[in-house]
Amino acid sequence: MTINMDTQSNSQSEALYDYLLRLGDSPLILGQRLCEWCGHAPALEEEIAIMNIGLDLIGQCRNWLELAAKTADNGQDADKLAFTRDAHQYRNLLIVEQPNGNFADTMARQYFYDAWHLFTLEALCNSNNRDIAEIAAKAVKEVRYHLRRSREWIIRLGDGTELSQQRMQQAIDDIWMYTGEMFEMDDIEKTLVQEGCAADQQQIKQRWLDEVAETLATATINHPDPDAYMQQGGKQGVHTEGLGFILAEMQFLQRAYPNATW
Amino acid sequence: MKHWPLYEVFIRSKHGLSHKHVGSVHATDAKMAIDNARDLYTRRSEGVSIWVIPSSEITASIPGDKEALFDPAEDKVYRHPSFYKLPAEVDQM
Repeated sequence: MTINMDTQSNSQSEALYDYLLRLGDSPLILGQRLCEWCGHAPALEEEIAIMNIGLDLIGQCRNWLELAAKTADNGQDADKLAFTRDAHQYRNLLIVEQPNGNFADTMARQYFYDAWHLFTLEALCNSNNRDIAEIAAKAVKEVRYHLRRSREWIIRLGDGTELSQQRMQQAIDDIWMYTGEMFEMDDIEKTLVQEGCAADQQQIKQRWLDEVAETLATATINHPDPDAYMQQGGKQGVHTEGLGFILAEMQFLQRAYPNATW
Repeated sequence: MKHWPLYEVFIRSKHGLSHKHVGSVHATDAKMAIDNARDLYTRRSEGVSIWVIPSSEITASIPGDKEALFDPAEDKVYRHPSFYKLPAEVDQM
C-alpha cells in the first residue's frame, strides 16, 4: 500500500515536472528565435519591440524552469535545465522552433502562438497549484500585449498591398500544420487537468479558433483547412531539425566552458 | 522604413503632471506609434499615459524670428511674479 502510494505520488510529480518543462521550453525557444532578428528587423522600432517580446518570453521561461527544478528537487536549476539538456529532452511546441523566414513568417508564427499562449495562461491563473497560478498571472499581462502586436501585423500585412497580402497568406498556410499540436493532450496533461492544475486544451481550442477566424477575416486572409494534417511530437521530445541548431548556438558557452559566469 | 512617417511622443509620468515631449518614433499609423512608443520610452516604468502626434502636424516658430518673438521680454522683469510678499501659509509657490 505504502509502495503504491509512493509510486503514484512519484509519477504525479514526474508528470508535473514534465508539464512545467512544456510551459517553460516553448517561451525559451521562441525567445531565442526572436533574438535572431537583432540587427535585421525592418525598422529600429520593430527591432526593439521584437527584442522586448523575446526577453519577456525568456523571463517567463526562467520562472517555469525554476519551478520545475524545485518540483524535481534533483539538483538542477533553471540555467542547467536550459543549457545542458539535449533536443530530445526539450518539451517545447514544434511551432516555436520553426525558422524566422521573412517578417510575415515570423509574425504568423508569433500570432498563432501568442493567441494560444494567452488563453493557456488565462486558464492557468485558475490552477489549484499556487505557484503555477502566480507565474501565469504575472506572464498574462505581458502576453496580452504580445498578442495585440502580432494580431495587428497579421491585419496590417494581410489587408495591405498585393505583395504583403500574398506573403502573409503564404506564411499562414506554411505554419498552419504546426498549430494542431498545441491542443493535443497526452496522458500527462489529461491527468493534470483532472487534478485541476493544468490548462484544458479542449476548451482553449475553441477560443483560439474563434480568435483566429476573426483576425484572418479582418486581414482578408483565407482560412487554412481546419482538418488539415497536423505535425506533433514536440511535447514528447520529438523535434524538427531546427531545434538542434538553436541549442547548438544557445548552449555553446556552457558546453565549452561549463559553469562559466559573468 | 523610409516610407514610415515620424510621430512625436509625449509621456505623462504621473497622474496630475502634464505630458512631456520625450522623443519620436517611426510608425505606419498612430496605433502602431503608441505601441512603439511604449516599447521605446516606457520600458522602465516612466509613464502612465502616452500621446503621439504626426511630426508633420507640428507648426514650429522660425529661428529667424527669435529676436522679434523673444527679445522684447528680456527687460521686463516685472512680468515675473517675484515682487509680491506671499503669506506664510502659501508655502510652495
